[in-house]
Amino acid sequence: MAKIGVFICHCGENIAAKVDCTKLAAAMGEHPGVAVSVEYKYFCSDPGQESVKKAIRDNNLTGIVIAACSPRMHEATFRKACAEAGLNPYLCEIANIREQCSWVHTDSDMATEKAMDITRSMVEKVKRNNILQPIEVPVTRRALVIGGGIAGLQAALDIANAGQEVVLVEREPSLGGHMAQLSETFPTLDCSQCIMTPRMVETAQHPKIRLLTYAEVESVDGYIGNFKVRIRMKSRYVDMSRCTGCGDCITKCPAKKISSEFDCGLGKRTAIYTPFAQSVPNMPVIDTASCIYFKNGKCKMCQKSCQLNAINFEMQDEFIDLEIGAIVVATGFQIQNTAVYGEYGYGKFPDVITGLQFERLASASGPTAGKILRPSDGKEPQNVVFIQCAGSRDPSKGVRYCSKICCMYTAKHAMLYAHKVHGGKTHIFYMDIRAAGKGYDEFTRRAIEEDEASYIRGRVSKVWQENGKLMVRGVDTLLGKPVTVVADMVVLATAMVPQSDAKEFAKNIGIAYDEYGFYNEAHLKLRPVESSTAGVFLAGACQSPKDIPDSISQASATASKVLALFSKEKLEREPVIAINNEATCAGCWGCVLACPYNAIEKKDIRDRSGRLIKQVAFVNPGLCQGCGTCVSFCRSNSLDLAGFTEKQIFAEVMGL
Amino acid sequence: MSELKFEPKIVAFVCTYCTYAGADLAGTSRLKYAPNVRIVRLPCTGRISPMFILKALQKGADGVLVSGCHPGDCHFTHGNYHARRRWMVFRALLDFTGISPERVMFSWISAAEGSKFADLINSVTEDIRKLGPFDQYQQLIKETESPATL
Repeated sequence: MAKIGVFICHCGENIAAKVDCTKLAAAMGEHPGVAVSVEYKYFCSDPGQESVKKAIRDNNLTGIVIAACSPRMHEATFRKACAEAGLNPYLCEIANIREQCSWVHTDSDMATEKAMDITRSMVEKVKRNNILQPIEVPVTRRALVIGGGIAGLQAALDIANAGQEVVLVEREPSLGGHMAQLSETFPTLDCSQCIMTPRMVETAQHPKIRLLTYAEVESVDGYIGNFKVRIRMKSRYVDMSRCTGCGDCITKCPAKKISSEFDCGLGKRTAIYTPFAQSVPNMPVIDTASCIYFKNGKCKMCQKSCQLNAINFEMQDEFIDLEIGAIVVATGFQIQNTAVYGEYGYGKFPDVITGLQFERLASASGPTAGKILRPSDGKEPQNVVFIQCAGSRDPSKGVRYCSKICCMYTAKHAMLYAHKVHGGKTHIFYMDIRAAGKGYDEFTRRAIEEDEASYIRGRVSKVWQENGKLMVRGVDTLLGKPVTVVADMVVLATAMVPQSDAKEFAKNIGIAYDEYGFYNEAHLKLRPVESSTAGVFLAGACQSPKDIPDSISQASATASKVLALFSKEKLEREPVIAINNEATCAGCWGCVLACPYNAIEKKDIRDRSGRLIKQVAFVNPGLCQGCGTCVSFCRSNSLDLAGFTEKQIFAEVMGL
Repeated sequence: MSELKFEPKIVAFVCTYCTYAGADLAGTSRLKYAPNVRIVRLPCTGRISPMFILKALQKGADGVLVSGCHPGDCHFTHGNYHARRRWMVFRALLDFTGISPERVMFSWISAAEGSKFADLINSVTEDIRKLGPFDQYQQLIKETESPATL
């Protein structure tokens, strides 16, 4: 006979304000099979959990229903409490009366009625729950880090320094990401390359890190501890085992006028190139779209100049298959396409540039060797206007969020400019100055007080050209007047947006993303570095806009998560898997067709003399992920899904 | 109001990874929607057997909603495709048996689409309200006086 305990949580006022918990508790108490039905303010609290445990012990309950928040919040909490009280944790079910009832309905009576239905159906389900034991699976102790920017480097180094193997995949020819493009970094104004390049070298030389540059993740299969990852090594047309990085091929390449991606179009590169001088690995790749040989079939200047015979025009993409235990996604961001701001004239006027282009101008390794010069005529600009929130916090441009770093880098740009162009004047149009962070507000104050940046609170409506000058029309909301500023150069603090292929990539590796394409964490506050998929972790700006210190902290946090995972020999997994009734299975193999994981094998059934009687389906518990597709496919009703059995679901429906 | 308004009862079979999470998001965003839908959580829409839907209709539901991950987004790679195929066939069967296929709806809601979930529940509730109560099954029992079971 079932003895079910029903525990109705008020969640403070969150549930009790809409759902009449007393009425609910009374109604559940009268339901057949319910031995205990009580309400309490916070069942997830310590005394709340203790009362659940006590009720289980005192009444010898055979199952419990917690009517509270979503099972995604506290299912694990109450299952643990169950286990501590000596009840199998899988005899606990959660009735979601907060997220899917009290928070979304206005009518109290209707909400109470719905809460009753929800709770009753879970009581009916839990009566038919079976005792289950978690499944143990082995862990492959090798991490995959996707992305070689500062977040990826930090995660890879932290994991490798703890003695675990790491495979680092970067799709560009060199490590570095966006941080390598920066000139100096706020709030200390230390040179980005000076702090970045030693890390890149350390990563490349680390005995525990296998570095795969110019490579992309092709597919990810498997599950936590046991991922199977296929990597596509894009053909560089340069044999890395022979190349020494002498650079002879680069100097000989006749195609010299290709716009450099690394310099954001402000500099030029050759067709065989390394993105920048300090590239790691310092080995070139051939850009087939611009290479004269690939276009016309003639040239091969690089091959002729190479004394090591490292250039191979016949090279094909290669695939590497890896067994991986945990994945760190650190795929970074890109800056918003400035074309959305037609009124600012980006693309029309060469002296309207993005913040990242300004970084390249200010960088000692950049196209102007660190001199701030106008792209149009190479002259030093005397008046520079910076426009903050060029994209961010503007729903009409599709970006409602704050990009977080622009206030700081604009203040930094104004400072760098003041240090390089004495007597130059800066105007900064801003909405708010958001400088929260260690030393950040002091930094923006320094830009205003010492480097005389003039901040104008208001938006810019239009930029146009007049007599060779850029005219910037905006409003000063503190004066309540429109203003026009004459400028030689305009710098747009463009929004940080997800990589253009972020959503596609997320689908490929099976993680969730938000409306913009930033990757979703498992819990915004409590689990900020885990993705929605077990074993896949998030670091850096692929999750949300971040500055360097935040990216590094998050990367180190992912490393600690990965190391915690690798600290165990075996992992415990949810026992939600398909189980076959071999007596009724007819061996039609419909389930084999339905299974996305190839988890169903054919098993021989023999009699005592070893004669084959029949073949039946056998579900491999290590491979089965518990989707249940095979169960609804099964013609003879032999398959069932533990935790979501036919009996349980029918009972649940009947309870509604 | 002159007469009591018909409040439809709708059972939704949803997958835990997308639509259930989307419903939770609607909750955490405090969106308001019609209280007529009861959710049955399953690991994947691939787990949904047509029998569940029939059972819900037999038990007195006026409509059924099936919702899972968007095509290509299934946590279990392609459970939702199986569900979609099954649903296409099942819809034809419903039509054949004289049950309006409009009573069984299918949709894709991702974990990020809380507001879409709320809108969907409202529109589904209104659609079913227009169709009126589902009493064909009960009437059939009355006419034949045999308590048919599934």
